[in-house]
Amino acid sequence: MDPQSPIHVSLRGVTKVFVSGLGRTHALGPIDIDLRRGEFFAVVGPSGCGKSTLLDVIAALTPPSQGAVTFEGRPIGNTVPDGVGVVFQENACFPWLNVADNITFGLRRQPVDKTEIEQRLQYALQLMGLQDFAHAFPSQLSGGMRQRVCIARTLVMQPRLILLDEPFGALDQQTRLLMGDELLRIWRATGATVLLITHALDEAAMLADRVAVMSARPGRILEVIETGWPRERDSQIVSVPEFGAITARLWTLLRAQSMQALRPEAV
Amino acid sequence: MRIALYRLLAVLLPLALLEILCRDRFITPLTLPAPSQILLGLWAVIEKGTFNAAILKTLTNVGLAFVLSVVVGITTGAAIHRARLLRALLEPLFSTYYAIPIYAFYPLFIVVFGLGDAPQVLIGFMLAVVSMIVSTLAGLDSVPPVLGKTALVLQLGPVETVRSVTLPYAAPYLFTGVKLAVAYAFIGVIGAEFIMSGTGLGYEIRFAYDNLDNNVMYPLILLILLIAITVNMSLDRWEWRLRARRGHG
Repeated sequence: MDPQSPIHVSLRGVTKVFVSGLGRTHALGPIDIDLRRGEFFAVVGPSGCGKSTLLDVIAALTPPSQGAVTFEGRPIGNTVPDGVGVVFQENACFPWLNVADNITFGLRRQPVDKTEIEQRLQYALQLMGLQDFAHAFPSQLSGGMRQRVCIARTLVMQPRLILLDEPFGALDQQTRLLMGDELLRIWRATGATVLLITHALDEAAMLADRVAVMSARPGRILEVIETGWPRERDSQIVSVPEFGAITARLWTLLRAQSMQALRPEAV
Repeated sequence: MRIALYRLLAVLLPLALLEILCRDRFITPLTLPAPSQILLGLWAVIEKGTFNAAILKTLTNVGLAFVLSVVVGITTGAAIHRARLLRALLEPLFSTYYAIPIYAFYPLFIVVFGLGDAPQVLIGFMLAVVSMIVSTLAGLDSVPPVLGKTALVLQLGPVETVRSVTLPYAAPYLFTGVKLAVAYAFIGVIGAEFIMSGTGLGYEIRFAYDNLDNNVMYPLILLILLIAITVNMSLDRWEWRLRARRGHG
């Protein structure tokens, strides 16, 4: 496939079935989606619908039970492909390293020379507003700051695809909105394709070019909604009427699914 | 500041009491010389250098047993952590391990390893290594799964992941193992010197005891005490600095 093809990531018939001593759990799919190069794509769905599993499959952290994932035209194997960065919900900072060493952790293990590492570090520190905290340790930072460190650690690797698994899930609402703004800035500055997994409808509606709505387990894509936002946008978009309309549309789709997810498990 | 003073008093007051009791001959010098006499005796022993060889021998053997147990303990712990079945098999053994009186096997060690330093180092090692393995396992269990995922995303291999992610995360647990390993290495080596050896501090103490030589015996006991306390306090300080930097570890 042409490396400049507009399709950056492609999933075809992807399913995931977990087999344990208790039996088989059909967690995901079948799912078919294409991520366009450079777009901001969000996935929303009720809790337990397999959103995070979907991300793990795309990142090659877990193999799909069926189907295939291709990244830049090549099928992904058992290891995380070059050019893919992942930010998780949980605090993934290394507590024994200061902020600067956390950020350059992966970079120092790549064939990148020292001045280049320093340049990328300074750029990431500035982009994430961490300049004054380069020598601080994660235990001295707030949850939001720690998540910035994890995002910065991903950014210095210059990924072409950034996967975010509910990265702001543990943060308060105001911090989430501001982090959303920063995410948009990063997205524009890097030109990377972004896949954001979230359970927050407003977050998806405000940030993404397209929002995929997932069903209750086994998670399937119910619909993909185009937001039609301009590339230059920020959290103030929450005040335009279309934002309300999109969020309402997402909720209409999700309401039944979320109620289903709340019902007791039928195994 | 005040607490430090109280701590000092908690040590000094009983010592002062002991000093008085000894000087009053309530405790005879044959049982225990006065603490001040022991301290002077220690000074004399160190000044003369009679036991330098014994001190060096003991410290070398303790050091060997300690380093071996830490290296082997961490490596084994990390290996077992990955092998679920092996771990399930070995874990009950670890938990009953310290119920075994290892000294009972000392004659066997002598038969197998001869009368050199090997049996003493081996006993210190055997006492210390299991606590190191158990601490390593506990430490690796404490690592959050998200750090493992992060290592995968950063394309680290399994060995590099253990070396640069999981072991550093587990460091506070490992430290507990290291502190126990130091103590066990001392106990193992000095105990072995007591029972069957021709050198080392343990041997010298027993020799002095057999000859009712309290002027040597008690100063040497004090010396061991001081060495053990110094080593332990330096480790504590180091651990405290490590934990302070990581916040709550």
